Amino acid sequence: MSIRGVNISIKGLGYRYSSRGNPTFSNLMLESPRGEALAIIGRSGCGKSTLLHIIAGLNRPTEGTMHFDDKKIEGPSSRWVMMFQAPHLFPWMKVSQNVGVGLGFAGWPEKEKAERVAEALKLVELSDYADTNVQDLSGGQQQRVALARSLVMEPELLLLDEPFSALDAFTRASLQRDVRSIAKRLGFNLIIVTHDIDEAVLMADRALIMAGAPGKIVHEFAVNLTDPRQRQDPAVQSMRARLMDAFHTAAQVAGAPAEEVAEEAGAESSSVSQHA
Amino acid sequence: MSNDAAPGAAAAAAGLTGTRTSRAAEAAGRGFFNFSLGLLILAVLWWLGGYLIARNPETQSFSGFGLVQTLQSFPELWNQGKLQKAIAASMYRLGGGLGIAIAIGIPIGIIMGRSKRFRDLSNSAFQFLRMISPLSWMPIAVFVFAAWDDSIIFLIAIASVWPVMFSTAAGLAKVDPAWFKVARNLGATPVQMLTQIILPAISFDIFTGIRLALGVAWVVLVPAELLGVTSGLGYAIKDARETLSYDHLTAMVLTIGIIGYTLDTLCALLIKRFSWHRGDA
Ligand SMILES: Nc1ncnc2c1ncn2[C@@H]1O[C@H](COP(=O)(O)OP(=O)(O)OP(=O)(O)O)[C@@H](O)[C@H]1O
Ligand SMILES: [Mg+2]
Repeated sequence: MSIRGVNISIKGLGYRYSSRGNPTFSNLMLESPRGEALAIIGRSGCGKSTLLHIIAGLNRPTEGTMHFDDKKIEGPSSRWVMMFQAPHLFPWMKVSQNVGVGLGFAGWPEKEKAERVAEALKLVELSDYADTNVQDLSGGQQQRVALARSLVMEPELLLLDEPFSALDAFTRASLQRDVRSIAKRLGFNLIIVTHDIDEAVLMADRALIMAGAPGKIVHEFAVNLTDPRQRQDPAVQSMRARLMDAFHTAAQVAGAPAEEVAEEAGAESSSVSQHA
Repeated sequence: MSNDAAPGAAAAAAGLTGTRTSRAAEAAGRGFFNFSLGLLILAVLWWLGGYLIARNPETQSFSGFGLVQTLQSFPELWNQGKLQKAIAASMYRLGGGLGIAIAIGIPIGIIMGRSKRFRDLSNSAFQFLRMISPLSWMPIAVFVFAAWDDSIIFLIAIASVWPVMFSTAAGLAKVDPAWFKVARNLGATPVQMLTQIILPAISFDIFTGIRLALGVAWVVLVPAELLGVTSGLGYAIKDARETLSYDHLTAMVLTIGIIGYTLDTLCALLIKRFSWHRGDA
């Protein structure tokens, strides 16, 4: 199977919700190579969801540019798909119809659509539920349908906004493992926004720490671990501890008086973009 | 009561065994029982009223209002073709007016639901127009439209457009905005957004609005037909009164009730068919 990822290059990105208000973030740099799984972690309200919406093309940035490979990104597309915190399934459609909705938008013929939907349902282990009313599914099953609905598009980039935070620990663990392994197998990029340090360590190749107001990427952290990753594995545990330290250090820097933050964060993020 | 309900009690006993179908059957059985009993009570009261009127020498000439005479006049009305003609004329006007109300109400309702600016801008005007009694447009309608039929269709349309419009807008306002985000994210074009997301999401509210509109339209239709036109159920009532054929008059009133009830039930079935909401069985 061919690799379907993209080289992501984001430069000088800024966004403000209202023209008079403060920017949510400004002059943000982000580079991610083909096939990378990238985690973005940060305190509540620092602008992670906003950033993800912009990358997905759902909101227009107020400044800066985004390129996937050499293509400038200016709107939503089924090639970069976002999965939200809640499943947001369409209750008037059966499970299989929900999964196939994007292919329907793209005008796929019924037969090929049905085949791809069946594959996607198998991937999330819901083949037996194809004809079920989505309102009869558990929260975890619904989120797996949402995952299948995204995966069936065979996107080059899958954006995940705290996708598993509403699920129980068992479902969460298995989905974290599955999404990473599917992404690695098919070769697409992942960008995962999360509060959960464990999730970042289990799913990402690299973690970016976002902090401050306006938000910046203040630190980057390589998650050099072999797959499959087990939570109780000592290497995973120590990686987790180091990421936690890095997060607290970065958060302290961001929590310092405004001028200092700007300086420190500026220095850090320039080192990030040099590195990338 | 306990005797009448014996089948229901049997079904209830079956329900205790825990099967869902028997409980549903029991509910349906009870529904039908109540439906029939209600109509029966109404018929008995009517018969009793007719009986009292016929017995009293002072009111004897109005005995045509009675249940039996009314039912007996149906075959006559049918054979003369009066009933069919009146129904056809009324249904034509109802269909025309309601069709226009739906064709105008749904798109405007969708724009209202989607655009806060349009909602703010149009709200006072629409609320104002809505509160004008539909029949008070009659002189203006007669002035504007050459044909009586057209002015009645206009009256029905202007009376029934509001429920369709406001119900559509309210339905859209309740819709989870994330659905639009998800659809856009998966590459929906504006037309696909309308046909595959917006309309199915609010079909329940649209049909609820149409059901309300039908009720209003039906109420406006009959008085509108009392003026000017020489066809339709409203005219048939007026005609029967002028020829003192009270049995025909009541037969027409009964027909209005039956048709209204049937149309309303059809709407209720449509609502149920298109509803994805849980718990409004
Ligand atoms: N629609 C909006 N209009 C105005 N301001 C907004 C809007 N959405 C978010 N904000 C503000 O932008 C900032 C960033 O919000 P965002 O949702 O991106 O944060 P987040 O990092 O995803 O937080 P969380 O971890 O709690 O999800 C917050 O301060 C928030 O108040
Ligand atoms: Mg968020």
